[in-house]
Amino acid sequence: MSEITVTIDGEKVQVKEGANILDAARKINVDIPTLCYLEGVNEPAGCRVCVVEIEGEVGLQPACKYKAKEGIKVKTNTPEVLRARKTVLELLLSDHPFDCLTCAANLNCELQSLADQFNIRQIKFQGEKNEYPIDDLSPAVVREPSKCIACRRCISVCSEVQEVHIYDVLERGFPVVAGPAFNDSLLDTPCIACGQCILVCPTGALHGKDDKEQVWRALRDPDKHVIIQTAPAIRVTIGEMFGMEPGELVTGRLVGALKRLGFDKVFDDCFGADVVVMEEGTELIERLENGGDLPQFTSCCPGWVKFCESFYPELIPNLSSCKSPQQVFGALVKTYYAEQSGVDPKDIFSVSVMPCVAKKYEAGREEMNDSGQDRDVNVNLTTRELGEMIREAGLDLNKVPEEDYDEPMGHASGAGVIFGSTGGVCEATLRTVYEKLTGEELEDIELRQIRGEDFKDGEIDLGDGRVIRAAVARGTGNARRLIEKIKTGEEEYDFIEVMACPNGGCVGGGGQPVYSGYDRWTKMGQHYLKRAEGLFEADRQKEHRKAHNNPHIHRLYESFLGEPHSEKAQKLLHTGYTDRMLYTRDRLHGSKECNDGALPHCRQGEQT
Amino acid sequence: MGQSIEEINKEKLVEIKKKEHFKKLLEEKNNEKYNLIDFLHEVQNIYGHLSRDIQITIAEEMGLPLSQIHSVVSFYSLFTTTPKGKYTIEVCMGTACYVRGSKDILDKLSKELDIEPGQTTEDKKFTLEGTRCIGACGMAPVVVINGDVYGRIDVDDLPEILAKYE
Repeated sequence: MSEITVTIDGEKVQVKEGANILDAARKINVDIPTLCYLEGVNEPAGCRVCVVEIEGEVGLQPACKYKAKEGIKVKTNTPEVLRARKTVLELLLSDHPFDCLTCAANLNCELQSLADQFNIRQIKFQGEKNEYPIDDLSPAVVREPSKCIACRRCISVCSEVQEVHIYDVLERGFPVVAGPAFNDSLLDTPCIACGQCILVCPTGALHGKDDKEQVWRALRDPDKHVIIQTAPAIRVTIGEMFGMEPGELVTGRLVGALKRLGFDKVFDDCFGADVVVMEEGTELIERLENGGDLPQFTSCCPGWVKFCESFYPELIPNLSSCKSPQQVFGALVKTYYAEQSGVDPKDIFSVSVMPCVAKKYEAGREEMNDSGQDRDVNVNLTTRELGEMIREAGLDLNKVPEEDYDEPMGHASGAGVIFGSTGGVCEATLRTVYEKLTGEELEDIELRQIRGEDFKDGEIDLGDGRVIRAAVARGTGNARRLIEKIKTGEEEYDFIEVMACPNGGCVGGGGQPVYSGYDRWTKMGQHYLKRAEGLFEADRQKEHRKAHNNPHIHRLYESFLGEPHSEKAQKLLHTGYTDRMLYTRDRLHGSKECNDGALPHCRQGEQT
Repeated sequence: MGQSIEEINKEKLVEIKKKEHFKKLLEEKNNEKYNLIDFLHEVQNIYGHLSRDIQITIAEEMGLPLSQIHSVVSFYSLFTTTPKGKYTIEVCMGTACYVRGSKDILDKLSKELDIEPGQTTEDKKFTLEGTRCIGACGMAPVVVINGDVYGRIDVDDLPEILAKYE
């Protein structure tokens, strides 16, 4: 593309054709404020905070949408421009709650930052405010529509990236708000709880459910034996909440901080991931050898599982019956660990820390109680919540001494660790499956051909004429396209890993630290590579890199489970799925169709 | 219940006809004859409103997200999600009508009928609405009832006007 020259505040700058004014200004460190714009995802030019003066144009122009043209002269901070921006902010603030001190987005709110940058000390416009009730019925995502500034970022991410289509603009004019159809609770929609909307919301209108208090209460209770499992992705992201570089591996300090918070045992969820490799790998071998439903889809990601249940229930037989590492671990903590340690399972309070809000939903799924002790996982915390707890306790992760995970569920192979990155589950499983099927060690232990981008595939040659065709998708939008390709017969696979979060799977999960600014999505796209590299580094450091070589896994099977897919393993580690197709379900099953209603498919008992 | 079998059958027949009409529309939608807004208008012409269930059915049949359907329906004031009464009273709230007292008329009607603007009386007889300018500013303030236009009226004229609609 050819370069063009534009003048910004008197300074000449060269940009690529097609760049917008924001890109040009950024090149010479001129800061133009933004609010609705989200680079690469959302460009409605709706908020008008980024307006600039362009010579020859009538009226002010939005810098996010206006494409640079050769020779244009832009002024970004004339009194008119600054006054217009301030007025826009004052109007937005006149219809915004002022509970900043107790808001979930306090100190990480783009509207708050702008109010500060523009030194707004009083609101000129006093008038009506939109007051919508808070929707906190979903176990994962809380919506506070009164704080919505109608930027549409959640709509763009949910519809265009994830293709789940929960949100759209409701109403028009003053009461306008982004929300689910009929402003229903998220609980009553096919929301998959991936939490990507939380990661992009500029204010506190969307945030994760706060479950910290339950954990504090358990930690204070002397009768409770509180254990915590840490997901693979936490060790490469929580450092960012304490000023560290993205991808910095802080496993030891994380364990140290958790012990100082008062957890009785700190375990590694990657141990659960190793068990998943054993169970899911065995299932794949069975399906391959006995003509089962193929492709086999991974089931580690609760967002993807709910997506499959809600939009492709016909694929439920293809989902691995193995639970996710969180739930495998949860079921084992209250059985295997209790037996080994002699702790009464009734006293065990099981906490998990995950990079994910969908895990909150998963932990609450009715069937996740196979240990026979109420919930297998009592409370799930996100990376954000754990970081907040560490801060609240006055600890600085930079200075906490490193410590080791506890036995018997603290040691994992490298396979379990890479579960936190896109392609990781697939690679970890294939390391084990290959060796079981061929009796040989997989030489190229890092299956590079399937690690990676939007969706990738590859073939693993078993040497006897057989190959395993594998594919990896990150983001449910990509998963949808992959599934459509399979349905039309364009592609055929044996094993498919899907992670609901588009920026690298769990390392870019909806429970990870929330960035700020219009380039936050771009940043997440860059940082996930660093975060994933942190995990693959941890993998390389491990003594054992394949789940079936982990001596702690051997002990688990020898002393407790027997073998993969044993009766006990089936009971504790496997599960079933439910058709959750919301609207068509009643009609397809025919049971609720009423015969004489005015609507072709009206549901019984609902007047039209 | 006060309804004869003939009356019940007649009502059922009307419902069945609506259903057939809707089904036919849904089949035609594949001919690309309709865009979404046109289609919603056609369906509203059949049922008089676009209820939650109707919107869900349209979303499914057209293969569009429900959020998108609802977004369009809630944007345009000509779409309504609740059934309307036999008579729709529209009070013009345009600038000219407003300064000549249409707000008093709306308030009075609201009080008389015991409903808020946008609602329908329990007996399904009247729906009350405040509308945007209807372009009859010379006759301000203006009230329109099922297409009959009443201009230069005042609150005291209302009982007489309403009495015409039984």
